[in-house]
Amino acid sequence: MSITLPKVRVPYLLLFPGFAFLFTFFILPIINLAQTSTQTPIAGGDTGQYEQTFAFSNYVNAFLDNREQFARSFVYATLATIFALAIAYPLAYAIAFKSGKFKNILLVLVVAPFFTSFLLRTIAWKQILGEEGFLVPTLRNLHLMGQQTTITSTSVAVVAGMTYNFLPFMTLPLYASLERIDPRTIEASGDLYANAITTFRRVTVPLSMPGVVAGTLLTFIPAAGDYVNAAILGSPNTKMIGNVIESRYFKIVDYPTAAALSFTLMAAILILVTLYIRKAGTEELV
Amino acid sequence: MSSKIKDATIPTIPFKARFSRWFGRNLLRIYMIFGFSYLFIPVAYTFAFSFNDSGKSNLIWKGFTLGNWQNPCGAPQICAALGNSIKIGLLATIFSTILGTMIAFAIGRYQFAGRSSSNLLIFLPMATPEIVLGASLLSLFLVFKVNPGFWPTVIAHVMFCVSFVVVTVKARIASLDPRLEQAAMDLYANELETFRRVTLPLVAPGIAGAALLAFSLSFDDFIITNFNSGTMMTFPKFVYVAAARGIPAQANVIGSSMFFLALAIVVAGQLVNRKKAR
Amino acid sequence: MAIDPIEARGDLRLTRITKSYGDFKAVDDLTLTIPKGSFFALLGPSGCGKTTTLRMVAGLEEPTVGSIHLGDTDITTTRPYQRPINTVFQNYALFPHLTIFENIAFGLRRRGIKDVKEQVDKVLSLVELPHLAERKPTQLSGGQQQRIALARAIVNRPALLLLDEPLGALDLKLRRQMQIELKWIQREVGLTFVHVTHDQEEAMTMADTIAVMNEGKIEQMGSPADLYDDPETAFVANFLGQSNLIKGKIEGNDGDNLVIDLFGQKISMPKARSHAVDNSLYAGIRPEKFRITRAGSDVRGNVLNGGRIEDVSYIGVSTQYVVAMPWGQELMVFEQNDDGVPPFNKGEEVVISWEPSFTFGLRGDEDIEAGTEVNPEQLDE
Repeated sequence: MSITLPKVRVPYLLLFPGFAFLFTFFILPIINLAQTSTQTPIAGGDTGQYEQTFAFSNYVNAFLDNREQFARSFVYATLATIFALAIAYPLAYAIAFKSGKFKNILLVLVVAPFFTSFLLRTIAWKQILGEEGFLVPTLRNLHLMGQQTTITSTSVAVVAGMTYNFLPFMTLPLYASLERIDPRTIEASGDLYANAITTFRRVTVPLSMPGVVAGTLLTFIPAAGDYVNAAILGSPNTKMIGNVIESRYFKIVDYPTAAALSFTLMAAILILVTLYIRKAGTEELV
Repeated sequence: MSSKIKDATIPTIPFKARFSRWFGRNLLRIYMIFGFSYLFIPVAYTFAFSFNDSGKSNLIWKGFTLGNWQNPCGAPQICAALGNSIKIGLLATIFSTILGTMIAFAIGRYQFAGRSSSNLLIFLPMATPEIVLGASLLSLFLVFKVNPGFWPTVIAHVMFCVSFVVVTVKARIASLDPRLEQAAMDLYANELETFRRVTLPLVAPGIAGAALLAFSLSFDDFIITNFNSGTMMTFPKFVYVAAARGIPAQANVIGSSMFFLALAIVVAGQLVNRKKAR
Repeated sequence: MAIDPIEARGDLRLTRITKSYGDFKAVDDLTLTIPKGSFFALLGPSGCGKTTTLRMVAGLEEPTVGSIHLGDTDITTTRPYQRPINTVFQNYALFPHLTIFENIAFGLRRRGIKDVKEQVDKVLSLVELPHLAERKPTQLSGGQQQRIALARAIVNRPALLLLDEPLGALDLKLRRQMQIELKWIQREVGLTFVHVTHDQEEAMTMADTIAVMNEGKIEQMGSPADLYDDPETAFVANFLGQSNLIKGKIEGNDGDNLVIDLFGQKISMPKARSHAVDNSLYAGIRPEKFRITRAGSDVRGNVLNGGRIEDVSYIGVSTQYVVAMPWGQELMVFEQNDDGVPPFNKGEEVVISWEPSFTFGLRGDEDIEAGTEVNPEQLDE
């Protein structure tokens, strides 16, 4: 029970600075992005000069021109999310149930690698998996890999990099959810004739669903918009939509297209996320 | 009766069965070892190559040296970039923690019209891909003829950190027993004193955690920074740009140092917590 | 001349207090005076409004209607920190981030008292825990926390000390011990205690005066003996201990007594102990007041014939019988095992008798299930 102060509207006072900030620097930019996305370059003007023409064709063109990258982004993000879930779930489970007094240390160790700069880690992978590393030459010598095949500059490397980089975002929510499970429910399941696998399937997994939902969202959303892994570990053939948007801002100056692409990406993610949440049935995420 | 039990031989289980039972029970533990090794591979690699006598390009192992550690600012621009990252991190942490904590208290403590919409507004930045956040903010700055650089970057960082601060602090507030504040008022503390002497100390660990989270998100940020920093260098940006021609080993030194420093802080925090509980 | 509420002293007076949440009345037109220096208990089942009443006295809730006075000072709308009233909370609410010493000193410091050591030490000795001053609450057992919570409140010498089911989390033995200690401390320190509980044994052990509450109203108020021996409603009769309630008809007078017909058998009871409003009533007798004898033996007082033993439970101190009467009702009888006589057996034909002045009379339209332990409605919650 919270005690209400009589006259002053305390909650609104507290909210005001933060929300004013968010409105100015989050909502407003998105609105501005929307109105940029329907502009066209001024005929005869310099680069970077546009006029508002409500050209919704920008969206159509942007999508059609880049549908390959869109598809690729969502495929990579989905794959990375699935792999991250597969790797993180047993890890989170082990920490939650099988680590005894080392629990806190292990949690720190899960997060610790990510104190090194994300770029340094990704570049480290590039070098480990690249021509100069020791893995590829060794595999080639053992004839497990062809002389022409590489790991870097492939979609495999990009997805692997994404999986690695988003692992803590998947592990921590999973751990939080698994940790909350009352171990006595698992005991009760055994008492009611379920073996270990059935218990896992019918008790543990359903009870950990909130963590699974949170983890997959926290992984998929940034992964879909990522471009750094693709830039470092990939090749021009593995370009994701993020790379396209970045180049439309900095290399080929084309703000309306970039804006349209950003919006399309955001809309696509929002739709997928809403459908996913509806299906998974979790309302309170924050 | 008891002698009969003593004389009975203890049945021996064949080795194969014993091994598979041990394996089944320890499967997860074995997996954990592999899992953590996987997590630490790039970290170990980065650390190892910080000792490389590499000159400009740190791709192949040339020889062991402590020179990089003795001269971490040796590479051009690297310490300026690091300095910017730290400055931005501190500023972003301070502002986002203050704004976020205020919002967390409002949403977590009070019932008011628009509470669920507020929750949604906080959730949106976390659900938006960084590239959209960065690009839209850049567009806004361009419209107002503000050049990307230091302060736009700080603003951008505050923007995306606030939501994480709110979520972290809100969780801590939710675990606070409201009866403690009632007890304080019952014991002659008015609203302000109650907040100062009971609420705040108990929420402080959550605020500290949120601040640490905000700093690490800010320090390690690349995408949003890339859009809003213009020519100003931050450490992640430095590494990205340097990747094309060759990352100096000093970057590895700094990366490894950040790792050890952060590890030390977290471990220290754990020890302090354990000491407090005693 | 208005005085600072924190200086107010005197009797606590609640006048026509109502607390509504929408349509629901947690407390319904309650009027109550708690004399200074007494140990007062608010007794009732969960949801009866006793905790809400307590919180309104503490200032943690405001009444919808009505006023609260301490002595001559109106404290209805004063904030909790302005009232000279302290609370011992149900889960103790000790500040986890402060030492025991600082927990106890908290109220003193907020009132601007600089030199707290002497008072804190004194109250720690009172609760017999002087060695725990530098510990933190999480390091203490439940019983120790409870005593520290008490110390934290008492050290402020409040006009009124409120206790919100403070013994609920303790195990039985510890609870019994604390009941005696609390009573002793109250007498020793001379404060007014208002104790809220659902445990009727606890209330009867500790309080000078008990107010039995049900659905936001006070059913009856009085000393434990008054409430137990002469309940005015079925709720009070059933909530405090157990009662046998037998439907009957008043047939006439016999001096100061009423003559009552119970399913064809005649009994008498003092007129003063009847709360009936017409000639129908429920005759109430406590199970320990009944005596069982074999048919044909010498009996005095009120007599009910035709009983048959249905169940025997040997409790050690007593034996509890369920006796079926000819009109279908089962009566409870507690016989003390104090005379070496072996208990009766199931199936035996017996006669029930009791001293007429032990009878109490309830209105004929009372709900005789009110206040009984297991309410089917509560099971559905």
